[in-house]
Amino acid sequence: MIKLTAAAAATVSALALFTGAAFAEKLTIGLASEPTSMDPHFHNLGPNNAMSVHLFDRLIAQDEKQRLSPGLAVSWKPIDDLTWEFKLREGVKFHDGSDFNADDVICTMERAPEVPNSPSGYGTYLKGKTFKKIDDYTVHAITEAPYPLMANDISTIPVISDSAGCGAATEDFNAGTAAVGTGPFKFSNYKPGESITLVRNEDYWGDAPVWSEVEFRPIKSGPSRVAALLAGDVDMIAGVPTTDIKTLESKDDIQLSQGVSNRVIYLHMDQFREDSPFVKNNDGGAIKNPLMDQRVRLAISKAINRDAIVERVMEGVALPAGQLLPEGFFGVSDKLQPVAYDPEGAKALLAEAGYGDGFQMTIHGPNDRYINDAKIAEAIGQMLTRIGIKTAVETMPRSVYFGRASRGSPDGLPEFSFILVGWGAGSGEASSPLKSLIHTYDKDKGFGSSNRGRHSNAEIDALIEEALSTVDDEKRQDLLAKSTEMAIEDVAIIPTHFQVNTWAAKKGLKYIPRTDEYTLATGVVKE
Amino acid sequence: MTVFVIRRLMQAFFVVFLMSVIVFFGVNIVGDPVYMFVSPDADQADIEAAIRRLGLDRPIWEQYFLFLKGAAQGNLGDSFVFGEPALKLILHHMPATLELAFSALFLSIVLGIPLGLFSGLYPDNPVSKGIMAGSILGFSLPTFWVGLMLILLFAVELGWLPSTGRGDTASIFGIQTSLATWDGIRHIFLPALNLSLLKISLAIRLTRAGVREAMGQDYVKYARAKGVSTSRIIFVHVMKNIMIPVVTVMGLEFGSLIGFSVVTETIFAWPGMGKLLIDAILQLDRPVVVAYLMIMVLFFVLINLVVDILYSILDPRVRLQDQGA
Repeated sequence: MIKLTAAAAATVSALALFTGAAFAEKLTIGLASEPTSMDPHFHNLGPNNAMSVHLFDRLIAQDEKQRLSPGLAVSWKPIDDLTWEFKLREGVKFHDGSDFNADDVICTMERAPEVPNSPSGYGTYLKGKTFKKIDDYTVHAITEAPYPLMANDISTIPVISDSAGCGAATEDFNAGTAAVGTGPFKFSNYKPGESITLVRNEDYWGDAPVWSEVEFRPIKSGPSRVAALLAGDVDMIAGVPTTDIKTLESKDDIQLSQGVSNRVIYLHMDQFREDSPFVKNNDGGAIKNPLMDQRVRLAISKAINRDAIVERVMEGVALPAGQLLPEGFFGVSDKLQPVAYDPEGAKALLAEAGYGDGFQMTIHGPNDRYINDAKIAEAIGQMLTRIGIKTAVETMPRSVYFGRASRGSPDGLPEFSFILVGWGAGSGEASSPLKSLIHTYDKDKGFGSSNRGRHSNAEIDALIEEALSTVDDEKRQDLLAKSTEMAIEDVAIIPTHFQVNTWAAKKGLKYIPRTDEYTLATGVVKE
Repeated sequence: MTVFVIRRLMQAFFVVFLMSVIVFFGVNIVGDPVYMFVSPDADQADIEAAIRRLGLDRPIWEQYFLFLKGAAQGNLGDSFVFGEPALKLILHHMPATLELAFSALFLSIVLGIPLGLFSGLYPDNPVSKGIMAGSILGFSLPTFWVGLMLILLFAVELGWLPSTGRGDTASIFGIQTSLATWDGIRHIFLPALNLSLLKISLAIRLTRAGVREAMGQDYVKYARAKGVSTSRIIFVHVMKNIMIPVVTVMGLEFGSLIGFSVVTETIFAWPGMGKLLIDAILQLDRPVVVAYLMIMVLFFVLINLVVDILYSILDPRVRLQDQGA
């Protein structure tokens, strides 16, 4: 009798396992920000990219730590200095049943930078590359100069179908007729502002998803998103507000998932104007810009209590930063630690630089862009005031802030003297921030486009440029680490902390956190 | 009547033109949309290309004339964010907002007027005092907070109603609406209640004041003396007279229900045009903001017209021809 019961129990649990895998299971996710289109080449924007991962594979995939792995390409390698060879996966089918081959890749690379009305496309990643079909499953990418970041760039381009997608307009993708990819999910329904529904691709070449159907619901308001999860209307939410984390932690039926992001929050300082608009002496008169002095910048860095920012402003949900990317990313230095909090040392450095009595300045920052951005600016203002730099704080909506911070002065230069900004390394390695934030502003070469402090050091520039043309991974890693170390020594920018993102799900579900902040249905696992 | 309507339409045209100048220039001097759209990875050449594509390299007056030219052909510009015509986006989101506004208006009438009538007829009754105290809360509590409380109570704690989003829709006279399905009605109830709270309070107070005033009037006393039944006095004589201010105010407030459903739509993730507007403002999607404001101007102008016509039906002493002269 006992044996029989045990056997019955085993059968029941085996059945449960079986049904768990085969039966329809729906997952509902509350998103903090909504994709603007189902066209994967329409807008190069986080929420759009995250959505398109479900429907469209890339030649090279990025895992949750943004490491590259084979996608629609099984292998890729440089065959000479100017040519990369991609071997494509055979036997892959699009959602409409057609075969995937080199024609789809060629037409994808042609369409991606050329979508009409696109606010910001994928041209950045395809510039200077020519694609050639060698045979049905081999494609060559030819560049004008040696180019090591080929794989990173290609991993951002969603591959669409030659027959269904390449001639189609953005509307056709939104309607679903052209939204035909090879990805783990198929398009089902798209109601802008309301919901996006996807169904499982039963013939997926990779691991088939657990969920037979996924519904994404954009719920922008943070408290409403939390309420929707608590009410059981959604199974998981992205972007848990830091203020709600403690409440959710105390609930038994909710589970949090946290992971560090590729986004560093940092301070940029005016280093190119003798007379900086928001720096004054103690009487409010003009002075020679003290931020041009490395000792003053280092003093500021020492005056910032990064642990206090993490603990008090970010409620423990962040990591103190000593460089441009958290550890584990390609090109980070293992020698750099966050600059220690040392107000006395900071004062001494200020005195040494001739500013023993301090000066006045304004810190500008956004108030709706990064997690707790305005509060961080206020905290930094207080910390600097404590060492004698009387710092006023001015924050504004990002719609106003970024334009002024980039080219707001009458002559089209950055308007502010001292700003709080963030940078997420989309490519998942250190050349991304180095190229855009640290390299000298150079319009013709396209470097330093977000270098709003205009820090400039020819030696670092040379190292970065060398890294960007070194195909050997090991050598490039060293060059990137070396340039980062020099930039931090120069105090080109002051990193404060890395953001940590939080997802919350109902009990029994867990999200594998991603450094790129994407919310993917394939990352939701059952426990 | 026809002359009146034509004159009002001409006024409306002028108002709309004037608003287009104010709105267009007002919206276009705030912020810099380019940095809202270009990917952070973009280099200087990409940024300049984006500026050209969005037409932001042209002088502002030239942008305005291009806008006017398009508007004359029914094209209010393409959304920066969605790449689609702004008008189409707004019309697409309009049914959701209209059904929300109508539901809220319905709630404020079916709840507000009877409650106001009761408290006007029996001002000393404790229930009346409760109603008046409640109406003060309806006025003074912030919509945002009330909305969250409604979600916490009815969705999170009690689990009776869904917290956010729009439910299933079905077609009534060719229009997709939530009001046609039970799931849809369950979804619309909380946001409609949230949106209507202020209007309910308004309807209560207007009705109550009207009733109290009318009950002391000579014509009521005369009707009573003649032996007319109380219910006839209240529902025919009194109500007809006090409905004029109520209709006027509710008509105007209907415009504001549509225009200011923004907060409610944001909290309840209701996919209406209020939410579209808030998103557009935050992202500096100028064509959508301009198109939205222009449509709202048209709405208010039309609502005023309808209110004036309803006036003349309720009170024959009001002659439309006499107005606006």
